[in-house]
Amino acid sequence: MTPLPADRAGASRRGSSRFFTRPSGWQWLTGVIALLVLTPITVLALAWLDPAWEIWQHLQETLLARLLINTATLVVGVTGGTLLLGVSLAWLTGACEFPGRRHLSWALLLPLAMPTYVLTFVFLGLFDYTGPVQTQLRSWFGRGIWMPEMRSAGGVVLVMSLALYPYVYLLARNAFRTQGKRALEAAESLGCSPLEGFFRVVLPMARPWIAGGATLVLMEALADFGAVSIFNYDTFTTAIYKAWFGFFSLPAAAQLSSLLVALVFVLIVVEQRLRKRMRYAQSRLAPQAERIVLQGGKRWLACGYCWLILLIAFLLPALQLLRWSLEIFHAEFDSRYLGLLGHSLLLALISAVLIAAVALLLSYAGRRHPGRLTQGLIRTSTLGYALPGTVLAVGIFIPLAWLDNQIIDFARDHLGSEMLPLLQGTIAIMLLAYLIRFMAAGFKAIDSAMHRVTSSIDEASRLMGLRGVKLLARVHLPMLRGGIFTALTLVFVDVMKEMPITLMTRPFGWDTLSVKIFELTSEGEWERAALPALTLLLSGLIPIILLMRQSDKD
Amino acid sequence: MNQIRLFALLLVMTLLLTSAGLAFADELVVYSARNEQLIKPLFDAYTEKTGTKITYVTDKAGPLLQRLKSEGKNTRADLLITVDAGNLWHAAEEGVLRAVDSPALGANVPDHLKDPNNRWFGLSLRARTIVYSTERVTPEELSSYEALGEPQWENRLLLRTSKKVYNQSLVAMLIAEHGKEKAEQIVRAWVGNLAAAPFSNDTKTMEAILAGQGDVAIVNTYYFGRMLKKDPNLKLALYWPNQGSTGVHVNVSGAGVTKHAKNPDAAVKLLEWLSSEEAQNLFADGNMEYPVNPRVEAHEYVKAWGDFKASGQNLASAGMLQKAAIKLMDRSDYR
Amino acid sequence: MEPLLELQQISQAYGPQLVVKDLSLSLKKGEIGCLLGASGCGKTTVLRTIAGFEPLLQGEIRLNGTVVSRAGFSLPPAKRQIGMVFQDYALFPHLSIFDNVAFGLRKLDKTELIRRVNQALELVGLQTELNKYPHEISGGQQQRVALARALAPEPQLLLMDEPFSNLDVTLRERLSMEVRDILKEFGTTALFVTHNQNEAFAVADRIGVMHSGEILQWDSAHNLYHQPVSPRIAEFVGEGALINGVVKNAGQLETGLGLLEGIIKRPLEVGSPVQLLVRPEDVVHDDASPVKAVVVRRSFRGASILYALRLANGDLVQALVPSHCDHQPGEKIGIQPDVRHLVLFPADA
Repeated sequence: MTPLPADRAGASRRGSSRFFTRPSGWQWLTGVIALLVLTPITVLALAWLDPAWEIWQHLQETLLARLLINTATLVVGVTGGTLLLGVSLAWLTGACEFPGRRHLSWALLLPLAMPTYVLTFVFLGLFDYTGPVQTQLRSWFGRGIWMPEMRSAGGVVLVMSLALYPYVYLLARNAFRTQGKRALEAAESLGCSPLEGFFRVVLPMARPWIAGGATLVLMEALADFGAVSIFNYDTFTTAIYKAWFGFFSLPAAAQLSSLLVALVFVLIVVEQRLRKRMRYAQSRLAPQAERIVLQGGKRWLACGYCWLILLIAFLLPALQLLRWSLEIFHAEFDSRYLGLLGHSLLLALISAVLIAAVALLLSYAGRRHPGRLTQGLIRTSTLGYALPGTVLAVGIFIPLAWLDNQIIDFARDHLGSEMLPLLQGTIAIMLLAYLIRFMAAGFKAIDSAMHRVTSSIDEASRLMGLRGVKLLARVHLPMLRGGIFTALTLVFVDVMKEMPITLMTRPFGWDTLSVKIFELTSEGEWERAALPALTLLLSGLIPIILLMRQSDKD
Repeated sequence: MNQIRLFALLLVMTLLLTSAGLAFADELVVYSARNEQLIKPLFDAYTEKTGTKITYVTDKAGPLLQRLKSEGKNTRADLLITVDAGNLWHAAEEGVLRAVDSPALGANVPDHLKDPNNRWFGLSLRARTIVYSTERVTPEELSSYEALGEPQWENRLLLRTSKKVYNQSLVAMLIAEHGKEKAEQIVRAWVGNLAAAPFSNDTKTMEAILAGQGDVAIVNTYYFGRMLKKDPNLKLALYWPNQGSTGVHVNVSGAGVTKHAKNPDAAVKLLEWLSSEEAQNLFADGNMEYPVNPRVEAHEYVKAWGDFKASGQNLASAGMLQKAAIKLMDRSDYR
Repeated sequence: MEPLLELQQISQAYGPQLVVKDLSLSLKKGEIGCLLGASGCGKTTVLRTIAGFEPLLQGEIRLNGTVVSRAGFSLPPAKRQIGMVFQDYALFPHLSIFDNVAFGLRKLDKTELIRRVNQALELVGLQTELNKYPHEISGGQQQRVALARALAPEPQLLLMDEPFSNLDVTLRERLSMEVRDILKEFGTTALFVTHNQNEAFAVADRIGVMHSGEILQWDSAHNLYHQPVSPRIAEFVGEGALINGVVKNAGQLETGLGLLEGIIKRPLEVGSPVQLLVRPEDVVHDDASPVKAVVVRRSFRGASILYALRLANGDLVQALVPSHCDHQPGEKIGIQPDVRHLVLFPADA
């Protein structure tokens, strides 16, 4: 790894070797955050002290092969699918011009607000054997008509790709937006056909952003439980849940989970290694890069394609939710909904700000310290995203309850007073848990924006006497505005949708919309869950629309 | 310096919100895996009657149990409610429930629906029975769970996923009744007769029968009840199997008092009330289940589906054999 | 000899707005051409059209005798064998310098490719920076990499869009000389656009002065300077001033510089008003001269001083005077016009 010029200067100023210098404030900060994330993961890894051989042996004899194949299929398929959808849509709306482009560019983000399990449920409801589409087709063409089996690997991959593509779309779009048509023209002037140019230049240039989005997708796909269980598609995650809820073995579940974390860590490191020292800082900031104006039939093809994806991934499911909601509105709606909504919004808002702020600090720390240690700590800080929510929730809860018990015992023994658990069931702990879980979403968004700030900008600013926080506030913040907004939106929406951590760590009475959805779906009352799901969807739209207005300004 | 102000604001907000968790010390605290909309009316009624305040938090049984374990003796929970016997059995095994000596509970809850050591008690009965298409099946063709593995049901049977605890309990009971080998044969025969891959829930399974994907399935009666309410002309009917032998498989939604309960007496009182004639209908009817109290009649709507002989196996064995049941289903490739 | 590049009456529009009108030019093989004009005059559009990035509304573009663009037809850029250096260089940030230069050579076998990349980089003096990435080298080096990258595939024609505008002044002058040498050494035919006439003069063989979509004059630097076809070009190219005059009989011209002879080369009606282009070097400082002018402004240029002078009739002229003749604003000095180079325009031109 080649240090940046800024670092080289810093290192020589401080001493001959980075390893013998006192860690800076930035490194301390990174260390603390990494430690926070590592705590639940360590708790889970400690389960290996008592390996659940019996369950492992059973898995190995029966399910393991299928689990691995299914999980690999899911991860490869969904990552591939989201790349295909996300990159193509991002390039069309980011670098091209065609009818409806302006509205589509933000509308295509809307599926972000749709929880994966809701999309899955609605999607299967519409397109499975029992759904209206296949029923209608059977009534027209007879029972013998062949139709693809929706509840299959292909079906899961399709639905999850539709649900998760916005992660890739959102990050890649920023990259294509600044790329404009110049890169492609340069390639063409060097003898590439537009298609060749796309693969040799346009894509590789957007790689850190695309990779950032794909990493989020990969982690989501690995951690997903809702969608795969509705499909009854056995993956690593379903095995984790089976070990815990079926075999009553939390250690086995924790052991399986820690493998998942290890896998993700390896993938992240591999991706970073492949990137090596390529830097993607643009030589100039050209936010208004010229778009490629699509001509003739291509314009309508692009327009139609975008609309089709929007229709399947968002409009149809949203309409279905709306229909169900209207059916049950009178029976279900009461003043409590406002309370649920309020809780959801408040939690999402606070954690979005908190996580974006921490992500910013982390990303900045990584910029100041490109050394192995800091980079490793930063990568560690994002691992919480890869764990199935419920498992992470337990990993957080166990040390927390332990700490609380210590405090209570201390108070009893030394102060002679009985007290209630201090930490558990507080909002602060909930926020901390969200931080551990969603650090990756905030960090990827901000860090990929940070890539665009050239080191010469740092140097120029430092010459003018700006350092540390001031440099961050005066120079970087304005330049990172887009990335910060993206981070806020992603985290906001993610927290709104989050279920297991909310269930486990919320204070008494602090129910949210997703808790309500859990209540209803746990006994299979999906139609009744439409109302909270729709409310959740609508409130998730607010930041997305704000985000898009922001990025249109840029 | 906007950030500093922002951080300060956040800190203050956090502290304010944090204090919300520390109120109330003298009321009952319930950890419930049963839905809020099913337990809240009961708790409201109880509070009105006795003045005892009840605070509750809902989650899945697994996390709730883990919560109880981690909190240890400092837990605030007095009562744990689950929606199946397996999790209650497991909670008792983990030592987070206490034995309760209550004549009233003894009288209200039949022996086979509670822990032999009185650490948990069934409160409502959920029957898992056969449902069939009235268009393509006559009740005469049906007889027992076991018979669904016979060749006549080839490519006609539909099942919910083996990952659902209801099916795990069902198979556990089959093991209890027939032994592992025979039970595995039955499950393998079921899997051989499947017309479609197992479904994620009972409602979907029944919808698939309506769509013609299969003809018979095994479901909990209240899911059938919900569908029937929506469509009174539903082309499905329930069949009570094994009436000449072991009886219909039942499970319970039930509760136990936690070992470190702060208000154990109040918790027992609540439990007694929940099993009493006064509350049983409120508990069961909300979800179209059956009361456990033999002196209480099921709701008329539910009774209309017919009387049946229920399995008399003690439900503790459902928990005890759950692990074996899952392994058996995995071996049989029942997904 | 057939011209390598020929533009025949091309027109180009964005929406209803015509940005290039009936423009024609031609370049012979090995020639370096330049389109000079203020921003928004359409020069970049012409370049992009030649490259094949923009469709043509009217006219025809021929490369080596083959039509590459006409209304309704456009050979894809990749098939034109045209290299391009972009204003922002458009280096690929994800590729090393070597890979950037090798980008257009991928059809060659490996040894040949390495040879050609090295050759191109050597030409621009960057053979030691092979493994660096674009962000690791300076702006001037980036510019040279862009040039090497465009030259490496040995294009028939090289296009450069404001190639020096992102460089600082000293670097700009040095590089523009270097680029000319490199192009001549390669024997490359090139066309570039700029708004900076010094660049145009330093690099190009033929320069087209553009204004609102038209080429006003397509000529050598010398001719543009000394024989501009219109007052507008005269004002745009080089320093100098236009003064008013009236045609007298016997081929004489009455101006603020006195009665001048030997300028009128074609018959002009007596009494008709004309404009006269006076370059600074055409005004000779001569204290003995009867023509006096007041110093309005002076700018010291080392070897010489450029004076702005007001003539008796109010017209302004500039004079380039050796710097030992130092006069302050307000002083009156004698001047003598050197009539050999003065250019005459009818007043209505």
